Amino acid sequence: MTATTTDLLLEATGISKTYGAVVALRSASLAVRPGEVHALMGANGAGKSTLVKILTGAIRPDGGKIAVRGKERTAHSPAEARRGGVVSIYQEPALIPDLDIRDNLRLTQTPIEPFRHWLSELGLERLDLSSLARRLPLASLRIVDLARALAIEPDVLMLDEMTAALPANLTERVLQVIGRQRGGERSVIFISHRMIEIAAVCDRATVLREGETVGVVDVTERSEERIVELMLGRSVEGMAARATDTAGTKADRPQPRVAARGLKSGRKLQDATFDLYPGEVLGVVALEGQGQDDLFEILSGSERPTAGEMSVDGSPVHFHHPADAIRAGLVYVAADRAEALLMQRSIRENIALPYTSRILSWGPINLSRERRTVDAAVAKLQIDARAGGEVRQLSGGNQQKVTIARWVAGGVKTMLCFDPTRGIDIRTKQQIYILLRDLASAGAAVLLYTSELKEIQLVCDRAIVIFGGRVVNEIDAKDADEASLLRAAYNLKSDAPMPETVAAASPEAALAVAEAVQPTADR
Amino acid sequence: MSAVAGATGVVRANPAGAIAGFVRRNAWTLGLVAFLIVLLMFTKYIQPRYGVFGVQGLAISVLPLALAAVAQAVVVIGGGIDLSIGSMMALTSVVAATQMKGQGEQFGIVVFIGVLLLGLLLGAVNGGLVVVTRVPDIVVTLAMSFVWAGFALLVLPTPGGGASRWLMDGVTGSFINEWIPKAAVVLLVVVAVIWLPVSRSRLGLSIYAIGSNQLAAFRSGVSVGRTKLLAYSLMGLFAALAGLSLTASTGIGTPVPGPYTLLSVAAVVLGGVSLAGGKGGVFGPVVAVMILQMIRTDMTLLDVNTNLATVLQGLILIGVVMIGSLIQIRRARA
Repeated sequence: MTATTTDLLLEATGISKTYGAVVALRSASLAVRPGEVHALMGANGAGKSTLVKILTGAIRPDGGKIAVRGKERTAHSPAEARRGGVVSIYQEPALIPDLDIRDNLRLTQTPIEPFRHWLSELGLERLDLSSLARRLPLASLRIVDLARALAIEPDVLMLDEMTAALPANLTERVLQVIGRQRGGERSVIFISHRMIEIAAVCDRATVLREGETVGVVDVTERSEERIVELMLGRSVEGMAARATDTAGTKADRPQPRVAARGLKSGRKLQDATFDLYPGEVLGVVALEGQGQDDLFEILSGSERPTAGEMSVDGSPVHFHHPADAIRAGLVYVAADRAEALLMQRSIRENIALPYTSRILSWGPINLSRERRTVDAAVAKLQIDARAGGEVRQLSGGNQQKVTIARWVAGGVKTMLCFDPTRGIDIRTKQQIYILLRDLASAGAAVLLYTSELKEIQLVCDRAIVIFGGRVVNEIDAKDADEASLLRAAYNLKSDAPMPETVAAASPEAALAVAEAVQPTADR
Repeated sequence: MSAVAGATGVVRANPAGAIAGFVRRNAWTLGLVAFLIVLLMFTKYIQPRYGVFGVQGLAISVLPLALAAVAQAVVVIGGGIDLSIGSMMALTSVVAATQMKGQGEQFGIVVFIGVLLLGLLLGAVNGGLVVVTRVPDIVVTLAMSFVWAGFALLVLPTPGGGASRWLMDGVTGSFINEWIPKAAVVLLVVVAVIWLPVSRSRLGLSIYAIGSNQLAAFRSGVSVGRTKLLAYSLMGLFAALAGLSLTASTGIGTPVPGPYTLLSVAAVVLGGVSLAGGKGGVFGPVVAVMILQMIRTDMTLLDVNTNLATVLQGLILIGVVMIGSLIQIRRARA
């Protein structure tokens, strides 16, 4: 055993793992130097999460070696890996909802002072440690999770989609803190679907494809193309051109499909007024916590507005139940697949569920007709159903396709998409974009909120901006680049300095946003 | 949806694939059937005289518990649980016995239908309370088990009453062939006539949906409250049938609830229904009831101390369920 001959902090070679016929990892390797931020890249299903789980001891590999500081090591549990200096932060914050933050820290024996230090580094110094975890918004929980991991000073910190669903100002802080880890003794393994973040903080990137390490790339200005190429296994085709021309629909605006007037709900959503026309994809630009989730809950019938009016195709509507919204043709695609799917049931039943419940009879389901409809939807969305009969066995991308397929099966008129591509690989993302465009050109109206501003420009015809619970602006998406969308999201004039620079320099500017991230008592 | 999902699969063009699919979907139920056959052969081996009478006795003695297990399965699939099934059976049984006693056959039919409606009502009350108060199912139904048991004693303080002749004839003896006990036919017909259409309808899919993921079902336009109410009502109907079968097999009504509540939960678990909801069917629990009964019979035949027999029954129950979940975990990994 060579204890000191290697200068690598973490080295994994030839890791393999199979689940029955499904090969999750064929031969993955990963070498992390001390003091580097190392990106782990790969399309969904490439084996990233399996590799992370193996490194943290959550599952055991079938073969391969893992060495930390040159010493071979096998962790049998996350706790053991943690003691060995390898800590991971998963996409779901690992906090007990019914305990307050202080008790959560005590549970993992995290020292409070370093935790506070990191918390303020990450821009959440005002967090009340005695608030229950379940009362904090998701973004704050992820920051708490990160601060907790940093506080125990791990050798290797793994961040799985850390910045997904974080508002821009917190993302910036997180990236800064991660960037500062460079050059020291410790390393970070960074998993993200956002190229721009990879470019900003990472030194090198390991790319996985179909369970194999296909390349290690030094991250530079122009490495983006190379990484995507490796991930896809072929050169990237540009995103299908955005719908030929939207000028036609704009010139002779028909009656709006959905018209919202002064919708208000609880504390967050104050005044949502906008029109959604058939044949368009309308983007919603908003920072986290501006009331966009309430807006979607209202439109999909899960929640009732406290004030305001809605009309569909010109006639006023009052939804008491999602079934009312579905009957009016408004269907909802959630970011969290677990909120939408019956994980233990088959693809068929999942797709048939709303389709069947729309038929008003209580009689037996017409099975052959149902099967035809379901098969057509599965084919249209190119759902890869080989993984098994139950939806939980599918990959994340395919699960999201099932949630969309269930609405497409019934012939969709208005689709409300709330961050539908969260944590989904590029290829599936493209398919979803194209599908949304197809739906719009077939006459459907699509409302799309996304936490990735780039998507607005790719998919939408125009976008409304929600800030402080109000629709404050409307932008033509065609000539809105990411920077101007971000400015709009912060409700800044277009000539104002970029919010990141402001946020980095003085916290006051980001205060309005931080407000929304602070614990709210009304949940 | 076990057997039902299988039935739809058979329609497909490729028969071999359809059979394989049927076996895969109903592996647990088929395993239970195999286990039951092994038990029957074992019984024949230790008691060569076990035959027609044994099978008839088995059918008639399992009928109340089998119906109770079906009742429990419906609620558990929908993500709930009902601890008042035993009390409901007692109440419906004594109502039937007191009303049928000394009355004509025609009136007996009226009573029969009335008791079924009573069952629906009792179930609806349970379900309605669960939906309206949002108190956990287990608490509401535990409380209601005392209420229904109290009512049963108010109706008939001591065992008594009577049953219509046709009701008793309906479950005793055999049908066409002496190897086909009437009780088994009744069980099959009742389950087929009520459960099969339900499970293939929108209501059936909705019950599975709310048991599997309430939020997803809600978002998909399923009315969670209404579905839950209907699932409980259906449970009440099966519980009433179970109560009637008690009256039919004994000829009287007994106000004190038997051990049916917990046994029905045991049968549901053994029958492959997930207590977390959304998984399983009603045929597995029925086979599970027969297995539990056969184990009892074999213990008696082997002259095992009855108290020890109860211990062994519990151990066998947990053993079978454990082996089953181990196999499932293995299959998920392999």
